[in-house]
Amino acid sequence: MAKTQTAAPKRGLAGWLRRSSGAQAFGLLLPSLVFLGVFFLVPLFIVVAVSFATRSEYGGVQWSNYNLDSYKSLFTDFAGGFDPLYINIFMRSIWFALLTTVLCLAVGYPFAFFIARRSEKWRASLLLLVMIPFWTNFLVRTYAWELLFRKEGPVNGVLQGLGVIKDPLQMLFTDDAVVVGLVYGYLPFMVVPLYAAIEKFDFSLIEAAQDLGASTFYILRRILIPLTMSGILAGSILVFVPVVGSYVTSDILGGGKTIMIGNAIQNAYLHNGNWPFGSAMSIVLMAIVTIATVIYFRVAQGGAKGEMI
Amino acid sequence: MSAIKIPQSGMEQMQAAITTADTPASSRSDARVAAHPPRSRITLPAWLGDTLMRANAVMLFIFLYAPILILIVFSFNDSKSGVNWSGFTTRWYQQLFQDSEMGAAAFRTMQVALVSTAVSTIVGTLAALALERFRFIGKTIFEGVMYLPIIIPEIVMGLSLLLFFVAVGAQRSLVTVTIAHIVFNIPFVAVIVRARLHGFDKRLEEAAMDLGANELETFRRVTLPLLMPGIIGGALMAFTLSIDDVIVTQFTAGPNSTTLPLKIYDTVKVGITPEVNAVSTLLLLASIVLVMGSLLFQREKKGK
Repeated sequence: MAKTQTAAPKRGLAGWLRRSSGAQAFGLLLPSLVFLGVFFLVPLFIVVAVSFATRSEYGGVQWSNYNLDSYKSLFTDFAGGFDPLYINIFMRSIWFALLTTVLCLAVGYPFAFFIARRSEKWRASLLLLVMIPFWTNFLVRTYAWELLFRKEGPVNGVLQGLGVIKDPLQMLFTDDAVVVGLVYGYLPFMVVPLYAAIEKFDFSLIEAAQDLGASTFYILRRILIPLTMSGILAGSILVFVPVVGSYVTSDILGGGKTIMIGNAIQNAYLHNGNWPFGSAMSIVLMAIVTIATVIYFRVAQGGAKGEMI
Repeated sequence: MSAIKIPQSGMEQMQAAITTADTPASSRSDARVAAHPPRSRITLPAWLGDTLMRANAVMLFIFLYAPILILIVFSFNDSKSGVNWSGFTTRWYQQLFQDSEMGAAAFRTMQVALVSTAVSTIVGTLAALALERFRFIGKTIFEGVMYLPIIIPEIVMGLSLLLFFVAVGAQRSLVTVTIAHIVFNIPFVAVIVRARLHGFDKRLEEAAMDLGANELETFRRVTLPLLMPGIIGGALMAFTLSIDDVIVTQFTAGPNSTTLPLKIYDTVKVGITPEVNAVSTLLLLASIVLVMGSLLFQREKKGK
């Protein structure tokens, strides 16, 4: 099953492992193979199977009756007529994800550029400051926005104090609140790969272009953005994919009004007990995620080829 | 196939960034660049661009940290409604520690986190060793499967496990929650340990063997200690992910296995309470401390 690597050292653990590599590699991989196989891959296949199954009376699944009904009900109402309800939910989720991605890119790019231009000591600290919220409790951070966005909350207070508004705005439970929450939650996913790309960028190219008389816009369009495209694409996919399937943010800040795919799936599963329908929506969600990653991969590969010329 | 490959590049990006955070650009000599900030004899003056970027950075840091600070401040606010500041108090914390339900939820959270961290650290480390040191048939596919849990929507992972446990007739309990946490933690541990293995100086192992150590001794006395920062870093990260998880837990928990984040989630959906501010603050501080610890351990690798 396994081939030994060429130029393997003869001694040490590495050498020892390589000399009997097949069994060793298999032995090391066995636990994760078992765990991920049984508790990750098998469950995914069950989701596919259930999406074609029929809902049983008491909220479970009839494992014997397979059909396309759950997929059909994505487009139709109870009577079988056309109903855009779920199509709209999917479109809204994709729209929110795109909007979040673009907003993260718009504020994240200059931010990453700024960090990449600091001295070595500052760069590490600034990047750490970006990473800390990323690794802290997502739920709690989203909930904190509920405090900020309240009618009597600090944001309204500051705006009223500055005389920008007279009466407090209804910010909580709106689409805008959800998008702000999403940008907040996923911004580090954008900044980190952008930073990684910009940090590798050779800034003397900008000087050279300037010496040759290029305008700021030209430098951005023809030098900086193309050469940091890998970071832009990686950041975009890392934001888009989790946002399109998210539901905690829209649940807390949208107050049930802004329903995204995740909310609809959660409702189908935990409240309506319609598992086949929830599974069908999950399959469509995964299809969206897969399409997005395939597009990413195509564009990224095309870009890599372009860079070589 | 291509879909399977993506998560790697995504994780590599994140990993690259984490690693660069550890050793800022030691590879690039940028003294020249730093000495000559981009001067411009064209449309946009350099100072303007720099000022705008500085303002943008300040605003983003406020954006990132204001909610966290507000939450902490409100947890000490002596007002039941929590709207206006009415003095400093620690009574919400006192109330919290007397709340037996919260205490039970916290205890369950710790149980799940400890067990899932221990198992996923061992399993993930073994997988990292295999992936970094061997070339074998199907390696690309395995790497894809390995990193898929990171990119798949969490809600899909949660409901797939729910269906699985129902299908095999397992009662949802702390055991099912722990299994779910192990599954999403394994890839994170593997990625972090693998990064550490990547910069491993194999000559140290050879030297140990030359000096007469056998394979087991070499592994125990040389390889393992050198890998330890990566392993501890991965373990702390797994622990953090576990004590923070809502989505997967929601689908795999039974009636008597409510964890702290689930309890917070249920409370938050009803309304804002000072007690939730207090427990949220504690959870937030716990994860900040753990992550800082994790990053410190990972950073040590470049310390020589």
